[in-house]
Amino acid sequence: MYLSSLLLLPLIGSAVIAALPAGRTLLAKQIALGTSVLTALLGIAMALQFDRALGTFQFVESHEWITSFGVKYGLGIDGTGLVLILMALFLAPIVILASWNEGQGGRFSQKAFFALLLVLETFMVGVFAATDVFLFYVFFEAMLIPVYFLIGSFGGPNRSYAAVKFLLYSLLGGLLMLAAVIGLYVLTKSQFGAPTFDVTELSALNIDQNLQRWLFLGFFIAFAIKAPMWPLHTWLPDAASAATPGTAILLIGVLDKVGTYGMIRYCLPLFPEASHYFAPAIVVLAVISIIYGAILAIGQKDLKRLIAFTSISHFGFIVLGIFAMTSTAGAGATLYMFNHGFSTAALFMVAGWMISRRNSSTIADFGGLQRVTPVMAWMFFIAGMSSLALPGLSSFISEVLVLVGAYQTYPVAAIISTFAIVLAALYILIVVQRSLHGPIAPGNETLPDLTTRERVAIAPVIAIIIFLGFVPSVLLNVINPTVSHTLMQVQATEPTPTAGE
Amino acid sequence: MNFVAPVINYSQVLPILIVLGTALLGVIVEAFFARDRRYQIQVPLSIAGLVLAFVWILKIRGTTSITAESAVAIDGPALVLQGAIVILGIAGLLLIAERKLDSSGDAFVAQAAAIPGSEAERTATLAKLTQTEVFPLTLFAIAGMMLFPAANDLVTMFVALEVLSLPLYLMSGLARRRRLLSQEAALKYFLLGAFSSAFFLYGAAFLYGYSGSVGFRQIREAIQTNAGNDVFLLTGIALVSVGLLFKVSAVPFHSWTPDVYQGAPTPVTAFMAACTKIAAFGAFARLFYVGLSGARWDWRPMLTVIAIATMVLGALWALTQTDIKRMLAYSSVAHSGFILTGIVATNKAGLSGTLFYLVTYGFTTIGAFAIVTLVRNASGEATHISGYAGLGKRSPWIAMLLSLFLLGLAGIPLTSGFVAKFAVFSAAYESGSTALVIFGVLTSAIAAFFYIRLIVLMFFQDPEEDGPTVAAVPLMTTAAIALCATVTLVLGILPNALVHVIDAASRFVF
Repeated sequence: MYLSSLLLLPLIGSAVIAALPAGRTLLAKQIALGTSVLTALLGIAMALQFDRALGTFQFVESHEWITSFGVKYGLGIDGTGLVLILMALFLAPIVILASWNEGQGGRFSQKAFFALLLVLETFMVGVFAATDVFLFYVFFEAMLIPVYFLIGSFGGPNRSYAAVKFLLYSLLGGLLMLAAVIGLYVLTKSQFGAPTFDVTELSALNIDQNLQRWLFLGFFIAFAIKAPMWPLHTWLPDAASAATPGTAILLIGVLDKVGTYGMIRYCLPLFPEASHYFAPAIVVLAVISIIYGAILAIGQKDLKRLIAFTSISHFGFIVLGIFAMTSTAGAGATLYMFNHGFSTAALFMVAGWMISRRNSSTIADFGGLQRVTPVMAWMFFIAGMSSLALPGLSSFISEVLVLVGAYQTYPVAAIISTFAIVLAALYILIVVQRSLHGPIAPGNETLPDLTTRERVAIAPVIAIIIFLGFVPSVLLNVINPTVSHTLMQVQATEPTPTAGE
Repeated sequence: MNFVAPVINYSQVLPILIVLGTALLGVIVEAFFARDRRYQIQVPLSIAGLVLAFVWILKIRGTTSITAESAVAIDGPALVLQGAIVILGIAGLLLIAERKLDSSGDAFVAQAAAIPGSEAERTATLAKLTQTEVFPLTLFAIAGMMLFPAANDLVTMFVALEVLSLPLYLMSGLARRRRLLSQEAALKYFLLGAFSSAFFLYGAAFLYGYSGSVGFRQIREAIQTNAGNDVFLLTGIALVSVGLLFKVSAVPFHSWTPDVYQGAPTPVTAFMAACTKIAAFGAFARLFYVGLSGARWDWRPMLTVIAIATMVLGALWALTQTDIKRMLAYSSVAHSGFILTGIVATNKAGLSGTLFYLVTYGFTTIGAFAIVTLVRNASGEATHISGYAGLGKRSPWIAMLLSLFLLGLAGIPLTSGFVAKFAVFSAAYESGSTALVIFGVLTSAIAAFFYIRLIVLMFFQDPEEDGPTVAAVPLMTTAAIALCATVTLVLGILPNALVHVIDAASRFVF
């Protein structure tokens, strides 16, 4: 019942907040924080009972839901699911703490902001825990509604446009996926005699080559929009720069992971032949995303857009890792998802604080922060270093794993992607230099440094980044069995290790 | 020569008879009671009649038989649809009966026969006259709608069609405000409706010429044995289809829909948008699944094309609308396309999907129109969508409910519309109509845009200066909206029970 409790707890918290009388903002925040901390603790308790040796689903729950469609309320997690749920559960309280004063200038009360955040938390857990494709789809789509309101009601000047763009992109992808889900449904009906959406049973389907490719595309395009991959990425910079930093963290840090998670959970095991068929093309797109995102990040003048473009580059790495189909790259991709969540969170948090202090998100308006606000500057620096994958910080391990793994199957792609590391150094160091160093820009002389609340919020993020930089095995031990299980389902033949290993 | 009395199993047609009887009682009430007492009698009387009819439908559930000399088929689909029509009829009636919204009485004109802008009209308005004929008219329409999906031969079907249509033509012209628009709508509806009825009748004659009978079973057998002249059959199918496609507002016979939906008094629009569609698709399904099923290879391509055209054009036109009632009208056109995908599937899943879709669509539609009756400015309902700007700030509950209905229409998960869409699309895919599924899915994305545009307007934009407002929501409208919202949510989250009932009922008797 762990997973259902994780789903229910934030929902209850959000209902309580919604029921509070108007004006009890502080209480609403405390309830939101309390609920999310409690949920995170429950998540840790669950993780401690997780059997790392198994590559299959654990904490399985299954109840009939819509019997005539064969839909079940089916939950369960494997290593990948666990890692991503933990990421979501850790980030939720941190985001709530970091956005304590966000949503003030919104169209609706702050109460609504925190209630929506908690609803979103429920859906985030649900989408990673669902083992029933129909249930997954329900969470996948339902998640859009709270995010849409979070962006559209509480974001910056361009929020309405960004929210609609985000929603329409996602809906289009979702509907294409719906067509593919319907295809699977009809197939199970004819092959098994009774319809089912259980992902384990679905992987036993025998789908003919042509249909498999179409169904694969239905799923993949939805996930590629979500992830987001070039050329379907254009909604992300708008959404991320219009959203409040807290929403942006959840949007990029967690929601976009649903795309890459979906590729691992659904595209590979359900459509192995099609995955192999499309893999080269997808790898090319991934490499384009990596380079394109990095180059555009260099050119950004807006702090939030810069972070959004770095993420496009990072998602390219994750997709490259997934479709390289080696255990090293696969493990690297999953680890990358977790690490990226935290390094992006750190970047967005500090950027958000910088922006709210300066009332501007233009990079040129900052300068010399190192001297005015040393703690904030250092935090930004560390977050930036994690984003460019400095050795010793968590992203380094995952990036190396992806590149090494991808080299085994797609050496050219891996080599080209390596250049992105140089580009990453450029985009981070340029922004660090412009905003933290140099003469103090006019108007910045009296900016206050981080408050205690802000320090409390960012400390665990930085701690996780550094800790995982040295001890990645904590997570890799959980991830590895799952990755080999998935690769077994795709029937990927592992290339013989190169001499370097 | 012996005269044999027709055999009618009265118990099975009792729901229809109850509603008809209540309508007649209503006429008597109009004749014998003082004007100011009629409302107090008509409202409870009509609702009691409908409740009684629903109770009886529950009592005879599970019946499958052909009665009244093969003129009426009472089976699963007929009973499901009759039940839905009655419940939605109650919801519609609650909206029609609402008298607390409009400061000058109700939504209906004081004296329908008076020429707009004339002295007679002014006198009637000044006298604060209110009419109650609309209640028996509604009940007559409901009775016709209940008979329509149960009709088992072409003549009964035609009679039912007229019984349901004639009151609706009248009711469309009764709007208290914007009289000219309302009368124009009524006239258009009447003229086009009369044409389409003529088409239907002409087609029925051809089918009679083909099979020698108007009964569905005989037509079915004639097709199976390939008894007659194919030209008659095909012409008959085409012409009968025109009549029915007009009623369900499928492209290219949809052009009356926006004008009538806009001009008719909004409670009437709500009622007919939901109930007419259910009745007409019920009749459609019975005719094509029972009578013409043998010729499905002839009519499936035609309906496939019409379904695609209806979805796509309905959604595209809806995009360009600035009046909420017209937008909902085009959205109803698009939904006809979605429902047709279920019909085209011609399998059991298609039938049950269609039935489920009709039920869910009815509730979301009445709910959405009910909200439209609430948003008002000094001159009545504010139907221009700019009036909805900032509604989320002024009346968050109303805006949230309208959003719920719009999301339901858009087919977002956790609303009933999603389950319904899944049902019809999967049925169509199963029958091999992949193209329909692809078009359906893409159209849903287009359709989502105009529903969401309204949500954006309500929540993300500032209210207009002295824009429309929502006053306190009166009791009867609240009841109707609460019913629709509950159904939309419950069928989205826990559809199992209804899906089961409908699955079990999805078998036509012949």
